[in-house]
Amino acid sequence: MQKGNASTFDSPQVRFVLRMPTPPFFSNFVGRKLFRFLLTIQGLGAFALITLGVMIKKFGAARRVIQPLIFHEISRSGLQLLPMFLFLAAALGLLVIGQTVSWATRFGATQYLGIVMVSVVVRELGPLISALLVLARIGTANVVELGTARAMGEVEALEALGIDPVHYLVVPRVIGMAVGIFSLTVYLIIAALASGYLWAFLQNMPLRPGDYFSQLANSLTGLDFALLAIKTILFGFIISIVTCYHGLAQPLRLEEVSYATVRAVAQSVIACVLIDALFIVIYIAT
Amino acid sequence: MNTTAETPTHCAIEMRGVSAGSMRDLNAVVVEEVNWSVAPGDFWAIGGLQGAGKSDFLMLTAGLMAPVSGTYCFLGEEMPIFEDHRLKDRLRLGFVFENGQLFNHLTVFENVSLPLRYHHNLSKAEAAAETQKLLELTELAPWADSTPGAMARNWQRRVGLARALMLRPDVLLLDNPLAGLDLRHRAWWLTLLEQLSRGHEWTNGRPTTLVVTTNDLRLWRRTARQFAILKDKHFMVLGDWKQVEAASDALVRELATSSLQHD
Repeated sequence: MQKGNASTFDSPQVRFVLRMPTPPFFSNFVGRKLFRFLLTIQGLGAFALITLGVMIKKFGAARRVIQPLIFHEISRSGLQLLPMFLFLAAALGLLVIGQTVSWATRFGATQYLGIVMVSVVVRELGPLISALLVLARIGTANVVELGTARAMGEVEALEALGIDPVHYLVVPRVIGMAVGIFSLTVYLIIAALASGYLWAFLQNMPLRPGDYFSQLANSLTGLDFALLAIKTILFGFIISIVTCYHGLAQPLRLEEVSYATVRAVAQSVIACVLIDALFIVIYIAT
Repeated sequence: MNTTAETPTHCAIEMRGVSAGSMRDLNAVVVEEVNWSVAPGDFWAIGGLQGAGKSDFLMLTAGLMAPVSGTYCFLGEEMPIFEDHRLKDRLRLGFVFENGQLFNHLTVFENVSLPLRYHHNLSKAEAAAETQKLLELTELAPWADSTPGAMARNWQRRVGLARALMLRPDVLLLDNPLAGLDLRHRAWWLTLLEQLSRGHEWTNGRPTTLVVTTNDLRLWRRTARQFAILKDKHFMVLGDWKQVEAASDALVRELATSSLQHD
């Protein structure tokens, strides 16, 4: 990983600044935290650019090796999680409809049920829940797998064989997770909207299926579909970059893998929430 | 004792004033001022105690890290080579790690075939015949579908060797290949490396340039043709085995004649 040199924490100057003995003033503590935060942003940015560069430059290279890895990652980050997501979608439909129906009936506002479902499930909860669940199931596994591979010298072994570790280890995970989160979100939304109506039906709500689905259709615009696709793909890209960065880009010993995993999860969650906030602004602006 | 080997016209490896860092700490210097030339077909054994920097030096030779100072040319091209358009040159060099450094999630077959499949864009089926040939040569065929974790260390080492040989490199670097092997495996390795050095069927009769590191020079007295040691951050070329035996340096005598170590 020397050629990419995204391991910003490893230079002696940086180590000196991060570990130098300073008086226990609050400003020193804050300054050091800020310095560490900026280094992380720099490292993640560099790693993301390196990965994008490799994806473009090596597009189609070693296709017969990389393609099965991509399919494997799509299956791992998508298909294998589908049963859990369908269960969750049923619960989400119940959660949103269960809460909304009683209020909507009380105020005679059942015609807004579709809009509520679109706003809550399609625009917000669907993508965010999908991203966080994939992070919990696959993102953490990425850090552990890559961190262990790094600690056991497998990355050096790849370099010794003339194989680019970013191309072989990171690119399939990035594509797999982006496609996985996008697909799972679509399934989650469809299942949650369907289960939402089922719960409304079970509560004897005076709403015919045709009315419910026409409410949904009227609430959705073309922009919703475009933003949903961009948002979920961005979630997948960010989570895979953060988790791969913490597993791969910095020299690790085996005992450091668990700390790297915790850091990666925290940073991924923060990144996802920030992206989500950005999209809320976009929704409001449009 | 010489400090510089003779320089042939076309060197496989040529170092001038090279200092090597450490893989653990890139700013530390483990070996200084190395002047060393390896001619094609040479067979070098580099001795040294544990922690002398043999592995780091070999990793530098493999181009896995850049020299701290000095110039290092591999087959006439400055190392390390990371550019894609020079990948062909880079693949003329094979590296066998001391602990194998195998990909634990892959089977033996997948480990061995990976470089061939990646660099020639082959499917598993397309690479099967070539891989099977190499697995039979290294007696690994019965383990083809096992993962490295299910194998004894002796056999894991062979997987590392088979993987490095897959692309038929001109130069093969081996980090302490005999450490921890039983006598039967040790004899097998010495025989195969000797054959590779003279020109093996696998390499189409072309002699492979070999560099091994070791804690015990005596193991290589019949196979290696040139010897050197790493001592106190210095690389010292000793010459052939007769010159090793005649050396007065205490460490050389320890590595070459110690009665505490056995064959």
